[in-house]
Amino acid sequence: MEYVLIIIAAIFVNNVVLSQFLGVCPFLGVSGKVSTSIGMSGAVMFVITIATIVTWLLQNYVLVPFHIEFLQTITFILVIAALVQMVEIILKKVSPSLYQALGIFLPLITTNCAVLGVAILTIQKDFNLMEGVVFAMSTSIGFGLAMVLFSGIREHLDRMEVPKGMQGIPSALIVAGILALAFMGFTGLA
Amino acid sequence: MNNKVANLTRGFLKENPVFVLLLGMCPTLGTTTSAINGLGMGLATAFVLVMSNLVISLIKGFIPDKVRIPAFIVVIASFVTIVDLLMQGYLPALHAQLGLFIPLIVVNCIVLGRAEAFASKNGAIDSILDGLGMGLGFSFALTVLGGVREILGSGALFGFPLHIFPTDDKGSPITMIVFILAPGAFLVLGYLIAIIRKINN
Repeated sequence: MEYVLIIIAAIFVNNVVLSQFLGVCPFLGVSGKVSTSIGMSGAVMFVITIATIVTWLLQNYVLVPFHIEFLQTITFILVIAALVQMVEIILKKVSPSLYQALGIFLPLITTNCAVLGVAILTIQKDFNLMEGVVFAMSTSIGFGLAMVLFSGIREHLDRMEVPKGMQGIPSALIVAGILALAFMGFTGLA
Repeated sequence: MNNKVANLTRGFLKENPVFVLLLGMCPTLGTTTSAINGLGMGLATAFVLVMSNLVISLIKGFIPDKVRIPAFIVVIASFVTIVDLLMQGYLPALHAQLGLFIPLIVVNCIVLGRAEAFASKNGAIDSILDGLGMGLGFSFALTVLGGVREILGSGALFGFPLHIFPTDDKGSPITMIVFILAPGAFLVLGYLIAIIRKINN
Protein backbone atom coordinates (compact mmCIF):
# COMPACT_ATOMS: atom_id res chain seq x y z
CA MET A 1 0.00 0.00 0.00
CA GLU A 2 2.78 2.37 0.94
CA TYR A 3 4.49 1.72 -2.36
CA VAL A 4 1.28 2.46 -4.29
CA LEU A 5 1.08 5.77 -2.44
CA ILE A 6 4.70 6.63 -3.29
CA ILE A 7 4.15 5.74 -6.96
CA ILE A 8 0.96 7.76 -7.42
CA ALA A 9 2.34 10.73 -5.49
CA ALA A 10 5.57 10.80 -7.51
CA ILE A 11 3.99 10.36 -10.95
CA PHE A 12 0.88 12.51 -10.71
CA VAL A 13 0.52 14.58 -7.56
CA ASN A 14 4.06 15.88 -7.13
CA ASN A 15 5.09 15.54 -10.75
CA VAL A 16 8.82 16.16 -10.88
CA VAL A 17 8.69 18.70 -13.69
CA LEU A 18 5.28 20.29 -13.41
CA SER A 19 5.04 20.77 -9.68
CA GLN A 20 8.58 20.40 -8.28
CA PHE A 21 10.40 22.15 -11.12
CA LEU A 22 13.23 19.64 -11.36
CA GLY A 23 14.59 18.79 -14.79
CA VAL A 24 13.02 21.78 -16.48
CA CYS A 25 16.04 22.38 -18.75
CA PRO A 26 15.74 19.09 -20.71
CA PHE A 27 11.96 19.47 -20.48
CA LEU A 28 12.15 22.71 -22.44
CA GLY A 29 15.25 21.92 -24.44
CA VAL A 30 14.82 18.40 -25.86
CA SER A 31 11.07 18.21 -26.08
CA GLY A 32 10.61 19.28 -29.69
CA LYS A 33 9.85 15.76 -30.92
CA VAL A 34 8.05 12.84 -29.31
CA SER A 35 10.77 10.35 -30.34
CA THR A 36 13.64 12.34 -28.77
CA SER A 37 11.70 12.92 -25.59
CA ILE A 38 11.06 9.19 -25.24
CA GLY A 39 14.81 8.55 -25.64
CA MET A 40 15.65 11.22 -23.09
CA SER A 41 13.11 9.88 -20.60
CA GLY A 42 14.55 6.38 -20.95
CA ALA A 43 18.07 7.63 -20.28
CA VAL A 44 16.90 9.71 -17.31
CA MET A 45 15.03 6.77 -15.81
CA PHE A 46 18.12 4.58 -16.12
CA VAL A 47 20.46 7.13 -14.52
CA ILE A 48 18.11 8.35 -11.79
CA THR A 49 17.45 4.82 -10.53
CA ILE A 50 21.12 3.80 -10.47
CA ALA A 51 22.19 7.15 -9.00
CA THR A 52 19.62 6.90 -6.22
CA ILE A 53 20.80 3.41 -5.25
CA VAL A 54 24.47 4.43 -5.21
CA THR A 55 23.95 7.72 -3.35
CA TRP A 56 21.67 6.04 -0.80
CA LEU A 57 24.33 3.44 -0.06
CA LEU A 58 27.01 6.15 0.16
CA GLN A 59 24.93 8.30 2.51
CA ASN A 60 24.05 5.47 4.88
CA TYR A 61 27.29 3.48 4.85
CA VAL A 62 29.92 6.21 4.41
CA LEU A 63 28.70 9.73 5.15
CA VAL A 64 26.57 9.00 8.23
CA PRO A 65 28.95 6.56 10.02
CA PHE A 66 31.86 9.00 9.60
CA HIS A 67 29.73 12.07 10.49
CA ILE A 68 30.59 13.91 7.30
CA GLU A 69 27.05 14.59 6.08
CA PHE A 70 28.06 18.14 5.14
CA LEU A 71 29.99 16.67 2.21
CA GLN A 72 26.71 15.39 0.75
CA THR A 73 26.48 17.87 -2.12
CA ILE A 74 30.07 17.37 -3.28
CA THR A 75 30.03 13.57 -3.04
CA PHE A 76 26.66 13.19 -4.69
CA ILE A 77 27.42 15.35 -7.69
CA LEU A 78 30.81 13.73 -8.25
CA VAL A 79 29.32 10.25 -7.94
CA ILE A 80 26.56 11.15 -10.39
CA ALA A 81 29.03 12.63 -12.87
CA ALA A 82 31.26 9.56 -12.66
CA LEU A 83 28.27 7.25 -12.85
CA VAL A 84 26.97 8.85 -16.02
CA GLN A 85 30.39 8.40 -17.63
CA MET A 86 30.54 4.78 -16.48
CA VAL A 87 27.03 3.98 -17.70
CA GLU A 88 27.99 5.46 -21.05
CA ILE A 89 31.13 3.30 -21.35
CA ILE A 90 29.42 0.10 -20.17
CA LEU A 91 26.42 0.63 -22.40
CA LYS A 92 28.68 1.17 -25.40
CA LYS A 93 30.32 -2.22 -24.81
CA VAL A 94 27.41 -4.33 -23.59
CA SER A 95 24.46 -3.07 -25.58
CA PRO A 96 25.36 -1.01 -28.64
CA SER A 97 21.72 -0.79 -29.71
CA LEU A 98 20.64 0.70 -26.39
CA TYR A 99 23.66 3.01 -26.57
CA GLN A 100 22.54 4.14 -30.01
CA ALA A 101 19.14 5.03 -28.58
CA LEU A 102 20.23 6.70 -25.33
CA GLY A 103 23.85 7.65 -25.99
CA ILE A 104 23.50 11.24 -27.08
CA PHE A 105 21.36 12.07 -24.06
CA LEU A 106 23.70 10.67 -21.43
CA PRO A 107 26.25 13.52 -21.21
CA LEU A 108 23.38 15.99 -20.81
CA ILE A 109 22.09 14.17 -17.77
CA THR A 110 24.91 15.14 -15.38
CA THR A 111 23.49 18.66 -15.21
CA ASN A 112 19.89 17.49 -15.06
CA CYS A 113 18.87 18.66 -11.63
CA ALA A 114 16.24 15.93 -11.35
CA VAL A 115 19.01 13.36 -10.79
CA LEU A 116 20.69 15.17 -7.90
CA GLY A 117 17.28 16.38 -6.69
CA VAL A 118 15.81 12.88 -6.42
CA ALA A 119 18.98 11.60 -4.73
CA ILE A 120 18.77 14.32 -2.08
CA LEU A 121 14.98 14.00 -1.69
CA THR A 122 15.31 10.26 -1.07
CA ILE A 123 17.66 11.04 1.83
CA GLN A 124 15.50 13.90 3.14
CA LYS A 125 12.35 11.77 3.12
CA ASP A 126 14.10 9.02 5.12
CA PHE A 127 13.20 6.32 2.61
CA ASN A 128 14.75 2.89 2.95
CA LEU A 129 16.55 1.48 -0.08
CA MET A 130 13.49 -0.24 -1.59
CA GLU A 131 11.27 2.82 -1.12
CA GLY A 132 14.03 4.94 -2.60
CA VAL A 133 14.21 2.79 -5.71
CA VAL A 134 10.44 2.83 -6.15
CA PHE A 135 10.42 6.61 -5.60
CA ALA A 136 13.22 7.14 -8.12
CA MET A 137 11.58 4.97 -10.76
CA SER A 138 8.15 6.52 -10.41
CA THR A 139 9.62 10.02 -10.39
CA SER A 140 11.31 9.28 -13.69
CA ILE A 141 8.08 7.82 -15.07
CA GLY A 142 6.46 11.12 -14.10
CA PHE A 143 9.28 12.94 -15.91
CA GLY A 144 8.71 10.79 -18.99
CA LEU A 145 4.97 11.33 -18.87
CA ALA A 146 5.36 15.11 -18.71
CA MET A 147 8.01 15.07 -21.46
CA VAL A 148 5.96 12.97 -23.87
CA LEU A 149 2.73 14.91 -23.29
CA PHE A 150 4.55 18.21 -23.69
CA SER A 151 6.43 17.23 -26.83
CA GLY A 152 3.21 15.92 -28.37
CA ILE A 153 1.61 19.30 -27.80
CA ARG A 154 4.68 21.13 -29.10
CA GLU A 155 4.70 19.15 -32.33
CA HIS A 156 1.23 20.51 -32.99
CA LEU A 157 2.16 23.96 -31.74
CA ASP A 158 4.84 24.21 -34.43
CA ARG A 159 2.14 24.12 -37.09
CA MET A 160 0.03 26.84 -35.45
CA GLU A 161 0.23 30.53 -36.12
CA VAL A 162 1.66 32.09 -33.00
CA PRO A 163 2.23 35.86 -32.54
CA LYS A 164 5.86 36.73 -33.28
CA GLY A 165 6.96 37.62 -29.75
CA MET A 166 5.43 34.44 -28.35
CA GLN A 167 7.09 32.03 -30.77
CA GLY A 168 9.29 29.30 -29.34
CA ILE A 169 9.99 29.33 -25.63
CA PRO A 170 7.30 31.79 -24.41
CA SER A 171 4.45 29.79 -25.95
CA ALA A 172 6.07 26.55 -24.77
CA LEU A 173 6.12 27.95 -21.22
CA ILE A 174 2.43 28.91 -21.44
CA VAL A 175 1.64 25.36 -22.61
CA ALA A 176 3.66 23.99 -19.69
CA GLY A 177 1.67 26.26 -17.37
CA ILE A 178 -1.63 24.90 -18.66
CA LEU A 179 -0.29 21.35 -18.37
CA ALA A 180 0.73 22.09 -14.77
CA LEU A 181 -2.78 23.41 -14.17
CA ALA A 182 -4.18 20.13 -15.46
CA PHE A 183 -1.85 18.13 -13.19
CA MET A 184 -3.09 20.16 -10.22
CA GLY A 185 -6.33 18.24 -10.68
CA PHE A 186 -4.54 15.23 -9.17
CA THR A 187 -4.01 17.06 -5.86
CA GLY A 188 -5.66 15.11 -3.09
CA LEU A 189 -5.20 11.72 -4.75
CA ALA A 190 -2.33 10.86 -2.42
CA MET B 1 37.84 50.17 -19.04
CA ASN B 2 34.88 49.94 -21.41
CA ASN B 3 35.54 46.26 -21.60
CA LYS B 4 35.24 45.93 -17.82
CA VAL B 5 31.95 47.83 -17.77
CA ALA B 6 30.68 45.62 -20.58
CA ASN B 7 31.66 42.49 -18.62
CA LEU B 8 29.66 43.74 -15.67
CA THR B 9 26.53 45.01 -17.39
CA ARG B 10 26.17 42.31 -20.02
CA GLY B 11 24.20 40.04 -17.70
CA PHE B 12 21.34 42.45 -17.04
CA LEU B 13 19.25 42.76 -20.18
CA LYS B 14 21.16 41.90 -23.33
CA GLU B 15 22.50 38.57 -22.08
CA ASN B 16 20.26 38.06 -19.10
CA PRO B 17 20.79 34.44 -18.08
CA VAL B 18 17.09 33.78 -17.47
CA PHE B 19 15.18 35.95 -19.91
CA VAL B 20 17.53 35.72 -22.89
CA LEU B 21 19.89 32.74 -22.46
CA LEU B 22 17.19 30.60 -20.78
CA LEU B 23 19.65 29.04 -18.32
CA GLY B 24 18.96 27.92 -14.78
CA MET B 25 15.25 27.37 -15.29
CA CYS B 26 14.71 25.05 -12.32
CA PRO B 27 15.48 27.50 -9.49
CA THR B 28 13.92 30.30 -11.55
CA LEU B 29 10.58 28.54 -11.60
CA GLY B 30 10.85 26.69 -8.32
CA THR B 31 11.77 29.41 -5.83
CA THR B 32 10.02 32.55 -7.05
CA THR B 33 6.82 32.39 -5.03
CA SER B 34 7.69 35.83 -3.61
CA ALA B 35 10.11 38.65 -4.38
CA ILE B 36 12.14 37.95 -1.23
CA ASN B 37 12.58 34.27 -2.09
CA GLY B 38 13.61 35.17 -5.64
CA LEU B 39 16.12 37.73 -4.38
CA GLY B 40 17.53 35.31 -1.79
CA MET B 41 17.98 32.55 -4.34
CA GLY B 42 19.50 35.01 -6.83
CA LEU B 43 22.03 36.36 -4.35
CA ALA B 44 23.01 32.87 -3.16
CA THR B 45 23.67 31.90 -6.77
CA ALA B 46 25.52 35.18 -7.40
CA PHE B 47 27.84 34.47 -4.46
CA VAL B 48 28.65 31.00 -5.78
CA LEU B 49 29.11 32.40 -9.27
CA VAL B 50 31.55 35.15 -8.22
CA MET B 51 33.61 32.94 -5.90
CA SER B 52 33.83 29.98 -8.27
CA ASN B 53 34.70 32.27 -11.18
CA LEU B 54 37.47 33.82 -9.08
CA VAL B 55 38.95 30.52 -7.90
CA ILE B 56 38.71 28.88 -11.31
CA SER B 57 40.37 31.82 -13.05
CA LEU B 58 43.21 31.58 -10.51
CA ILE B 59 43.79 27.82 -10.76
CA LYS B 60 43.05 27.39 -14.46
CA GLY B 61 46.76 26.99 -15.25
CA PHE B 62 47.14 23.99 -12.92
CA ILE B 63 44.17 21.93 -14.10
CA PRO B 64 44.85 19.41 -16.87
CA ASP B 65 42.43 19.99 -19.71
CA LYS B 66 40.92 16.51 -19.57
CA VAL B 67 39.69 16.70 -15.98
CA ARG B 68 38.70 20.36 -15.99
CA ILE B 69 34.92 19.77 -15.76
CA PRO B 70 35.10 17.54 -12.63
CA ALA B 71 37.59 20.01 -11.12
CA PHE B 72 35.22 22.90 -11.78
CA ILE B 73 32.36 20.93 -10.24
CA VAL B 74 34.37 20.33 -7.06
CA VAL B 75 35.14 24.06 -6.74
CA ILE B 76 31.50 24.97 -7.34
CA ALA B 77 30.19 22.30 -4.96
CA SER B 78 32.51 23.58 -2.19
CA PHE B 79 31.07 27.07 -2.43
CA VAL B 80 27.53 25.71 -2.61
CA THR B 81 28.19 23.81 0.62
CA ILE B 82 29.50 27.03 2.22
CA VAL B 83 26.38 28.96 1.17
CA ASP B 84 24.14 26.11 2.33
CA LEU B 85 25.71 26.03 5.80
CA LEU B 86 25.82 29.84 6.14
CA MET B 87 22.16 30.21 5.20
CA GLN B 88 21.18 27.37 7.52
CA GLY B 89 22.92 29.21 10.34
CA TYR B 90 22.01 32.84 9.71
CA LEU B 91 18.84 32.78 7.57
CA PRO B 92 17.02 29.61 8.68
CA ALA B 93 13.57 30.82 7.50
CA LEU B 94 14.75 31.59 3.97
CA HIS B 95 16.80 28.39 3.92
CA ALA B 96 13.68 26.37 4.75
CA GLN B 97 11.74 28.14 1.99
CA LEU B 98 14.33 27.54 -0.71
CA GLY B 99 14.98 24.02 0.54
CA LEU B 100 16.23 21.63 -2.08
CA PHE B 101 17.19 24.37 -4.50
CA ILE B 102 20.22 25.51 -2.49
CA PRO B 103 22.23 22.28 -3.01
CA LEU B 104 20.93 22.26 -6.57
CA ILE B 105 22.91 25.44 -7.35
CA VAL B 106 25.66 22.90 -8.17
CA VAL B 107 23.82 21.76 -11.29
CA ASN B 108 22.70 25.25 -12.29
CA CYS B 109 23.93 25.55 -15.85
CA ILE B 110 24.77 29.24 -15.41
CA VAL B 111 27.51 28.54 -12.88
CA LEU B 112 29.26 25.76 -14.79
CA GLY B 113 28.56 27.58 -18.05
CA ARG B 114 30.37 30.77 -16.94
CA ALA B 115 33.23 28.75 -15.46
CA GLU B 116 33.74 26.93 -18.74
CA ALA B 117 33.01 29.79 -21.14
CA PHE B 118 34.58 32.72 -19.29
CA ALA B 119 36.59 32.06 -16.13
CA SER B 120 38.71 29.31 -17.67
CA LYS B 121 39.93 31.75 -20.31
CA ASN B 122 40.15 35.13 -18.54
CA GLY B 123 41.95 36.81 -15.65
CA ALA B 124 40.76 37.13 -12.05
CA ILE B 125 39.32 40.68 -12.18
CA ASP B 126 37.36 40.12 -15.39
CA SER B 127 36.06 36.82 -14.07
CA ILE B 128 34.81 38.45 -10.86
CA LEU B 129 33.06 41.18 -12.88
CA ASP B 130 31.53 38.62 -15.20
CA GLY B 131 30.31 36.52 -12.27
CA LEU B 132 28.94 39.60 -10.52
CA GLY B 133 27.14 40.80 -13.66
CA MET B 134 25.64 37.42 -14.43
CA GLY B 135 24.75 36.84 -10.77
CA LEU B 136 23.05 40.21 -10.44
CA GLY B 137 21.25 39.68 -13.75
CA PHE B 138 20.03 36.34 -12.43
CA SER B 139 18.94 37.94 -9.13
CA PHE B 140 17.21 40.72 -11.07
CA ALA B 141 15.27 38.22 -13.16
CA LEU B 142 14.26 36.13 -10.15
CA THR B 143 13.20 39.20 -8.16
CA VAL B 144 11.05 40.50 -11.04
CA LEU B 145 9.46 37.09 -11.56
CA GLY B 146 8.92 36.65 -7.80
CA GLY B 147 7.56 40.20 -7.52
CA VAL B 148 4.99 39.73 -10.29
CA ARG B 149 3.88 36.40 -8.87
CA GLU B 150 3.67 37.82 -5.33
CA ILE B 151 1.61 40.84 -6.45
CA LEU B 152 -0.86 38.71 -8.41
CA GLY B 153 -0.90 35.72 -6.10
CA SER B 154 -0.82 37.22 -2.64
CA GLY B 155 -1.50 40.92 -3.24
CA ALA B 156 1.78 42.01 -1.68
CA LEU B 157 5.32 42.96 -2.63
CA PHE B 158 8.37 42.05 -0.50
CA GLY B 159 5.84 41.02 2.15
CA PHE B 160 4.07 44.41 2.33
CA PRO B 161 0.33 44.22 1.49
CA LEU B 162 -0.64 46.42 -1.47
CA HIS B 163 -4.46 46.53 -1.01
CA ILE B 164 -5.14 46.25 -4.73
CA PHE B 165 -7.54 43.32 -4.52
CA PRO B 166 -11.08 43.37 -3.07
CA THR B 167 -11.36 41.80 0.39
CA ASP B 168 -13.71 39.06 1.57
CA ASP B 169 -15.87 39.03 4.71
CA LYS B 170 -12.91 38.38 7.00
CA GLY B 171 -10.88 41.23 5.48
CA SER B 172 -8.27 39.12 3.67
CA PRO B 173 -7.70 39.98 -0.01
CA ILE B 174 -9.18 37.78 -2.74
CA THR B 175 -6.12 37.06 -4.88
CA MET B 176 -5.32 34.87 -7.85
CA ILE B 177 -3.69 32.09 -5.88
CA VAL B 178 -2.78 30.14 -9.01
CA PHE B 179 0.10 32.57 -9.55
CA ILE B 180 1.98 31.45 -6.44
CA LEU B 181 1.30 27.81 -7.29
CA ALA B 182 3.23 25.81 -9.86
CA PRO B 183 1.32 26.78 -13.06
CA GLY B 184 1.74 30.50 -12.33
CA ALA B 185 5.52 30.16 -12.54
CA PHE B 186 5.35 28.88 -16.13
CA LEU B 187 2.69 31.39 -17.20
CA VAL B 188 4.39 34.49 -15.75
CA LEU B 189 7.84 33.49 -17.06
CA GLY B 190 6.40 32.89 -20.54
CA TYR B 191 4.86 36.34 -20.69
CA LEU B 192 7.93 38.03 -19.13
CA ILE B 193 10.23 36.48 -21.76
CA ALA B 194 7.91 37.69 -24.51
CA ILE B 195 7.93 41.22 -23.04
CA ILE B 196 11.74 41.27 -22.65
CA ARG B 197 12.12 40.12 -26.28
CA LYS B 198 9.92 43.03 -27.35
CA ILE B 199 12.07 45.48 -25.33
CA ASN B 200 15.37 44.07 -26.65
CA ASN B 201 14.19 44.44 -30.24
